[in-house]
Amino acid sequence: MTQITKMIVIHSQNILPSDIAMKIYGSKADVMVKETCFGVLITGEQEAVDNLVREIRKLDPYGIFVKERGILPGNPYRCRANRGGGARPGFHQMEYEDSLLPWIGAGLRALEAGEVPRPRAARRKLDVEKLREIAIYGM
Amino acid sequence: MAKVFVYPYNSLILSDLVERLGHEPLAIMSEIRKKILTPSLDSPPLNITPEDPKIGLKYAAVEVPSGVRGRMSLLDPLIETAQAAIMVKNPNTSFGCVGCARTNELVNFLLRAKKIPFLELEYPGNEEEGKEFVFQIAQFLKSLEGEK
Repeated sequence: MTQITKMIVIHSQNILPSDIAMKIYGSKADVMVKETCFGVLITGEQEAVDNLVREIRKLDPYGIFVKERGILPGNPYRCRANRGGGARPGFHQMEYEDSLLPWIGAGLRALEAGEVPRPRAARRKLDVEKLREIAIYGM
Repeated sequence: MAKVFVYPYNSLILSDLVERLGHEPLAIMSEIRKKILTPSLDSPPLNITPEDPKIGLKYAAVEVPSGVRGRMSLLDPLIETAQAAIMVKNPNTSFGCVGCARTNELVNFLLRAKKIPFLELEYPGNEEEGKEFVFQIAQFLKSLEGEK
């Protein structure tokens, strides 16, 4: 069986990383859990981790986001204790996407509610004559 | 369930949406995991063997920056098995040297050339765009089920 690590990122007003860690401990699943400031890392056999992730998502379907992490917690290729601290590879992508999570959560809520977004009008380029008017007359 | 290549290939949002909606995301993390956990390879930092540059040669010649070939050797299994692709246009974090930029462009080109179902969109800038972003991805993934 494949061993896998999944990263659970929380952007929720109701759930804390400790809540998820407690839920995992309570499940008595044969996995390793690392609690972080943004969520948890779960390492174990793929089936066990996938089952746990399915249960954890139910805690806040619009505020919990999961992706695979290729490297186990504590691995020296990433661990700050070995690398002397600092941002690790992938941090900037995570940091940027974390700022988008509230909108993605809103999108998921809208999807669940069956909302269809209004089609946006195609952006037209500024006409040359209009630009000339703006430049000359400051309109 | 389709295998969907996501770009940026380490994206949390795209991996999560694809998995949540019932498909398998193809992201670089799975390839990194194989490099780290495969028992036969034990040299740091990324356990690159002499076979990996040869895989990269399929995509780029020897005079191309080595970073391109190294990345392409990691991405090769993902590109080969991709049945669909979701790409974000000009993601904020996709800056870097010529090697990185060329790799990203090459991946973009290869996926388009594969003639697989392809969705291109931009990261949202506000809530309304966020709703549209999720809706477009959901519609696209639903259409993959229809094609199957």
